[in-house]
Amino acid sequence: MKHLLSAADLTREQAVRLLDVAEQMAATQQREIKKLPALRGRTVVNLFFEDSTRTRLSFETAAKRLSADVITFSAKGSSVSKGESLKDTALTLQAMGADAVVIRHASSGAPHRLAEKGWTSGAVLNAGDGTHEHPTQALLDTFTLRKHLVGGGQLGAAAGADLAGRRVVVVGDVLHSRVARSNVHLLHTLGARVTLVAPPTLLPLGVETWPCEVSYDLDAALGEAPDALMALRVQLERMNAAYFPSAREYSRRYGVTAERMAALTALTPHAQLLHPGPMNRGLEITAEAADGPRSRVVEQVTNGVAVRMAALYLLLAGEEE
Amino acid sequence: MADARLSPENVTVHASTVLDASEISRSLTRIAHELLERNKGPQGLVLMGIPRRGTLLARRLAERLEQVEPGFDAAACTGSLDVTMHRDDLRRNPTRAPEPTTLPAAGIDGTTVVLVDDVLYSGRTVRAALDALSDLGRPRAVRLAVLVDRGHRELPIRADHVGKNLPTSTSERVYVRLVETDGVDEVRIESREAGTS
Repeated sequence: MKHLLSAADLTREQAVRLLDVAEQMAATQQREIKKLPALRGRTVVNLFFEDSTRTRLSFETAAKRLSADVITFSAKGSSVSKGESLKDTALTLQAMGADAVVIRHASSGAPHRLAEKGWTSGAVLNAGDGTHEHPTQALLDTFTLRKHLVGGGQLGAAAGADLAGRRVVVVGDVLHSRVARSNVHLLHTLGARVTLVAPPTLLPLGVETWPCEVSYDLDAALGEAPDALMALRVQLERMNAAYFPSAREYSRRYGVTAERMAALTALTPHAQLLHPGPMNRGLEITAEAADGPRSRVVEQVTNGVAVRMAALYLLLAGEEE
Repeated sequence: MADARLSPENVTVHASTVLDASEISRSLTRIAHELLERNKGPQGLVLMGIPRRGTLLARRLAERLEQVEPGFDAAACTGSLDVTMHRDDLRRNPTRAPEPTTLPAAGIDGTTVVLVDDVLYSGRTVRAALDALSDLGRPRAVRLAVLVDRGHRELPIRADHVGKNLPTSTSERVYVRLVETDGVDEVRIESREAGTS
């Protein structure tokens, strides 16, 4: 594995290995001294062409915990706003000796282009590209699900396991969501069954070719007793058309409420609630559900650091070519 | 193994067993007694094995200590110390997945930690273990117990307790096999020579 560009590229073995290493990384993060010397002397560049808080901080924390040098670049206030191309930015980073480039870009496919054109010799990690993929988010979601559904919440207890036979409902703005696409592919690779729930206007073209089921009715999907419910953010910044009549109607039909969580936990007491953040409280999820006992939203952030440490470690620590 | 001369067809493998199950057992029993003698009893002893086989050997040593000294609680004084993230050869080898590190519940501050490994060779693993240990706490003293010392040290490191000193050449390989992982207790030495054909 040279790059981490999409969750759909990962084989079951690669995904399980990433999750296993992430569990060991998570265990080291419970110690008093969290820093490990594995990537000493390597340089990780965070290249963020699009706004991000948690992914950028998470990658930065992960690289620093592995003792790598971190350079964070955001497009705002850089030469990109003067019109510099992706290629020239990449060549500049190459000249500075970047061993890994973590890239977030508003255009789908930008990380692929960076990896395949040979502009940089380093490993490329996709931190979200347009509406395409966000593989480390899917990895941290599956990490969280595996830890709780298979490992009973204990780190290391689920080593080597996948999510065979588990059922996950993903509800929300699938159309604009790279998180949904990455999760559908990764969960499918790991043997889980995924049901996407959204209003027809918020489903992408070609969703019938994805390895999942599709439903327009959240209560019916929850009635089938899934093991986990993942709420997606309604991406207000990408809403340039009327996708649903009103926010109130959306919350009523597709919002994750305390009542819906109560109905779900009545069927599956072990059910997990995930949200990739940032949350629009009151729109796709109520505060009561988000802060409720089944919610893993805060733990997802912690797990994100461990998963990104594992990805950086596996891509950077090995044999030089 | 990429060397064509070492392909299976024209290579002669000489293998011999240097320690059998009962010899391994006697070595561990002797090391257990040495540990107690050196430490003047079991107080403050913590056994930390280096995965994977060092961890198994540490457990076996702890059981022996418990038999000799009923006051010693084997389960509470045994751990496992992964050194992968502290190795200096990470970039020279294929990526290794880290193994779990487990510590005694009471920690290692102020204890006498005995690092346990199967084979002592270059000393680089032990160096990494000393670094890993210092991130976990501050033991009063650190000692080293190994089942086999095969020489060829590359760092100023020596073992305090050795099961067997085994003079080897660098072209030979030493395999420690234990019942828990390999179904049999034995230490084998293998040498490979290019065939004359």
